Amino acid sequence: MFSAQQSCWFVRKVICWRAAASIAWAVLLLPPTTAAFIILSRFSILHPFQWISECLSLLTSASAIFSFILLGGVIIIVGFLNLEYYTVIPNIACSKIALLGQLLHPRQFLSSLVHCIMGIIVAWCCAVTIGGRYETLGYPCVESDGSPEMCLNEYHLVLLLAGAFVGFSHSLLGVIHNMNYVSFHTVQRYKYLRFKGSLPLVVKCSATQALYSVRNYIVIYFFLGYIPKTWMCKTLNLHLNSSLHSLDTIAGLLDLCLIYHLWISATFLLFTWYITLVLFRIFVTEVYSFPVQSSFTEDSHQCLPKVITEKQPMILKFLALQDLALLSQHAPLRRSEVFSLSQPGGHPHNWNAISKECLSLLSDLTQRLIVYHDTVATNGRAKPLSTGSERKTSSDTSVISGDDPFTPKSTPLMKTPASVFTRSVVGGPQSPLTAPFTPDLDSPFASPALRRLTAPVGQCSPWHDTVQSPHIMRRGPKLWSTSTDSHVNGSPQLSPASVPSPKQEVSKPSLLAQFLQNRKEQVKNFLAKRVLIMYLFNKLPEASSQALFADSQAHIWALEGLSYLVQASFSEDRFGVVQTTLPSILSSMLVLQEAVDRHFKLPHASSKPVRSSGTMGDCHYKTLRFALRATLKTAIYRITTTFGDHLSTVQMSAEHRKRLQQFLEYKE
Amino acid sequence: MCSLALFPPPLPSGHTTLCESNNELLSGASSEDHRLIQVSQNKLGINKSLKLHSRTESSSKAAFLDHSETLWMRSAAAWRDGGFTGLLNEITNSHTEDIFQILKICGCTLALLQWVSSFHGSLFPHLTLSSEDMIAEFSQVLNWPDCVVRAFAWHPHTDKFAVALLDDSIKIYNPKSATTPTLKHRLQRSVAAVQWKPLCASALAVACQNCLLVWHVDPCSLSTRPSSGCAQVLSHPGHSPVTSIAWSPSGSLLVSASPMDTAMMVWDVAAENCVPLQRVGGGGVTFLSWSPDGSHVLASTPSLLFRVWETRMWTCERWPCVKGRCQSGCWSPDGSRLLFTVQGETVIYALTFTDAPGTSKGPQAAAVVADLSETTFNTQDGDITVGGEIQSLAWDPKGERLAVLLKGDAQAADRPPVIAVFKTRTSPIFELLPCGFVQGEPGAEPRLMQFHPNFQHGALLTVCWSTGRITHVPFYFLSAGVPHFGLNGSPSLPRPQERPSDFANHPTFRFVVWTPEEAS
Repeated sequence: MFSAQQSCWFVRKVICWRAAASIAWAVLLLPPTTAAFIILSRFSILHPFQWISECLSLLTSASAIFSFILLGGVIIIVGFLNLEYYTVIPNIACSKIALLGQLLHPRQFLSSLVHCIMGIIVAWCCAVTIGGRYETLGYPCVESDGSPEMCLNEYHLVLLLAGAFVGFSHSLLGVIHNMNYVSFHTVQRYKYLRFKGSLPLVVKCSATQALYSVRNYIVIYFFLGYIPKTWMCKTLNLHLNSSLHSLDTIAGLLDLCLIYHLWISATFLLFTWYITLVLFRIFVTEVYSFPVQSSFTEDSHQCLPKVITEKQPMILKFLALQDLALLSQHAPLRRSEVFSLSQPGGHPHNWNAISKECLSLLSDLTQRLIVYHDTVATNGRAKPLSTGSERKTSSDTSVISGDDPFTPKSTPLMKTPASVFTRSVVGGPQSPLTAPFTPDLDSPFASPALRRLTAPVGQCSPWHDTVQSPHIMRRGPKLWSTSTDSHVNGSPQLSPASVPSPKQEVSKPSLLAQFLQNRKEQVKNFLAKRVLIMYLFNKLPEASSQALFADSQAHIWALEGLSYLVQASFSEDRFGVVQTTLPSILSSMLVLQEAVDRHFKLPHASSKPVRSSGTMGDCHYKTLRFALRATLKTAIYRITTTFGDHLSTVQMSAEHRKRLQQFLEYKE
Repeated sequence: MCSLALFPPPLPSGHTTLCESNNELLSGASSEDHRLIQVSQNKLGINKSLKLHSRTESSSKAAFLDHSETLWMRSAAAWRDGGFTGLLNEITNSHTEDIFQILKICGCTLALLQWVSSFHGSLFPHLTLSSEDMIAEFSQVLNWPDCVVRAFAWHPHTDKFAVALLDDSIKIYNPKSATTPTLKHRLQRSVAAVQWKPLCASALAVACQNCLLVWHVDPCSLSTRPSSGCAQVLSHPGHSPVTSIAWSPSGSLLVSASPMDTAMMVWDVAAENCVPLQRVGGGGVTFLSWSPDGSHVLASTPSLLFRVWETRMWTCERWPCVKGRCQSGCWSPDGSRLLFTVQGETVIYALTFTDAPGTSKGPQAAAVVADLSETTFNTQDGDITVGGEIQSLAWDPKGERLAVLLKGDAQAADRPPVIAVFKTRTSPIFELLPCGFVQGEPGAEPRLMQFHPNFQHGALLTVCWSTGRITHVPFYFLSAGVPHFGLNGSPSLPRPQERPSDFANHPTFRFVVWTPEEAS
């Protein structure tokens, strides 16, 4: 409970205020954005003076003020959704089915619904602002028999539905492009400059995204437009004006003016939302300077050595590690506090806590890589990576982790909270994992049965054999055999055909087992022939590699922090506190280096991701593994160049010494 | 303030500077060293062959016959080669009558565009240059277009170096290995600068005409032609040609500059993403230099302005110049002092940055520390005039020797380009003291110079000559900052009394002379 309080401390005092500031700025930016929208939407080159004067009078009218208030409300809700849904570790779907699971998740559904409604509100504001034929939903018209009635204004309806559609597609694309992922930048800049720098990108993204959305919307409205139209007429008791063209025809939709208005409204909507998102990202990733040590004991839980060991919330850990990396580089005074000894007792508590946490992060990653490599690349070739103890722990982990070897449950960092806030407190087995197949255990598709399905499919897929056959072939039986041992989600109602007991299989190959085996093959063959299933369950290339390094920003900072501190200790560490941990730092870096090198020899691991410009989704996570590899090498070189030949007196195994010699001779 | 009049006179012709020992520059007549002569004689032919191979693509266009294609095909090709302006040009110049209207519209648009661009060009005259000319204009290399060695870079930690040649290939020489990898890439054209990544054995950044390449050359590999898969291509629209690059001393970031782009790019090379640092004014960025302590970056622009960026939060100070643009600059090893030169002036300025907490303000004005105005020396070969504008500056990593490459005058025979070397002293006040001129063999003009990053016995200046030759000139001295182990001067120079030509046989000089044909 104490740790929960601490995390509350940070969220309450820092994150919430940062989010509030970002929302406030987004609301403040609303008037200029709206003014630009009004000017562009009423654009008429033939009557420039009339155009300008109309715009000015509209800006000061009461309806504009009301629209402002509504739009401000929408921005605040968007800001809250950003705060609620953001994550510093991306949720990477490793197959189409996992992505589908994410999209259909109830939480996501809720978000989509809210976005839809907000889209309608914004579109209504747009309709009012553009005015003219868009202004109201109903208008008085004269029926054929001469009686006055209220008719449905289809232009208004089209605009409202466009808003809903754009809001919905925004929320779906947010999942696909990981738009809720907040990345940290290597180049620190002031918030204003960062915002200014990202403004052109926001404009470009919102314009192009709006274009695509409007195109899709027009196609959908052409085919399905009559449904909302008749429903509207029925519920609101409106009539359709038969003298006008219906808009769900080709002639009706090829109205350039209408398309322009749809596009500019969609751009306005996306622009305001993206701005809110960008501001949130900028504010929340701002560097926070934690005190290294405090003279008051009640503040000690806010100090860097304490904070850095926290598991939750993730953002706190990330900001603490970022602060560590920066202080080790730039702040000699704070570095000296890290190297200092405690006043009564003379223990280097600060350094011990920091180095221990960083080393445990690194060894975590190492183990994860070893486990992954063991399951993926071996067909009996893999040699033990390093010393026996680690070997043992890694195999332990793979046993514990049961049927999903990609998520060793002993590593806490793999547990990715979908939100760092409310849900993360739940923790435990319910918390979603960044697993290749199951990014969300509570998603409807992520039962163990599903995972069982994936194995046979992969095993028999003809085009998988070329790339990943050893991996699949080995993993297949493993998945099947261990499946009964671990009921992760407690869904025991599995078809008996698909669950052969491993003990039976091994000890007495009975008739039953034989029968089960045959049935299994049949099921596999049957499923493999279905194209749709193949499509859904095929693993996306390099996605598992991305998922493996999803939180590597933390490791990068840990490496930077450690290496800079060690470098500084050469001249600044008066008590020699770093000396004691230098062997373990070096050995853990070298072991990690070996594991990373081996990982990059796997197929797809070293292939560069396609650079996707023009989306607001942050693709930083796709290249984290390359950044980690480069940082790791630089970190080792930083230590070896600083210490040089002095390293020969550091105790380490012969294998590591050989490896280190390579670095000393600049041959890596 | 130091001036050239205090310098010892230049060597008589036929003598070359060999090294500095016991506080004086030793020279030797080149006729004494037969090996060097021989090498330099058969070098000319090779240089020619190098030049023959290095035709640019535009020049090869003339060799092909024109053949008629449809207007659309030509338009597509023009769009690909020359962008929008090229397309308009192509359509306007076509002689097809059936699309007279389009012709007219395109002609008008083109005229409008040209008018706008000429207006823009009148603000920033460098924008009208072709990219080759632009690199030549802003490069640190003297006379870049016909220089055999276009760029040179020592590895920051080992004794290997990379040389970019006129034919757009890069060769890597390592005294410890027999293989000399040659790097060639489709996009590697008009190399303006190369630099090795610090704290890394393999990564070499190359500034090219259209992009930035980062080669990963495995030092243990035996391959002499690393595939182009070993190179990362970093490009950003509008950011070409790249004329200058600088790695951060911690090896994490790379900055690149282009005179066409007002933004300076900060690259996270491993992730291949960049942060443009945009500042209005200046019209581009021409030269970058990262201070050795990593705290500041000098960025000069084509106009009368340069900036000094602080790398913590990436904010900058503006430094307007009076007479011309900032041509070159270098940092003291502790990053506290910046020396720079301005085009059109013959002096070296110094700026001092203090990292006192609380005072974010840097210096208020630059101080003149050396005057390099033209001075005539009376030598036995007649009068030689030395001095004038400065092409580039180089400060050795210990902060004791400053080499200045003076442009000279290409027309006048008695005013050759020359390298003047100063001794620098920081206490009690910062001052430059004369050391001497570094001269090559007759007819060879210095084009490019760099100090070895970690030479044990003092400083080692590497000079690339117009003949395609690369020589190393060692300066033996005891560093003021390093504790003295010996009692009397120059302990590291093994046999100071021997004839200078014997230096070539000393292990330190195993790679003293390098010429292109030794490579081939």
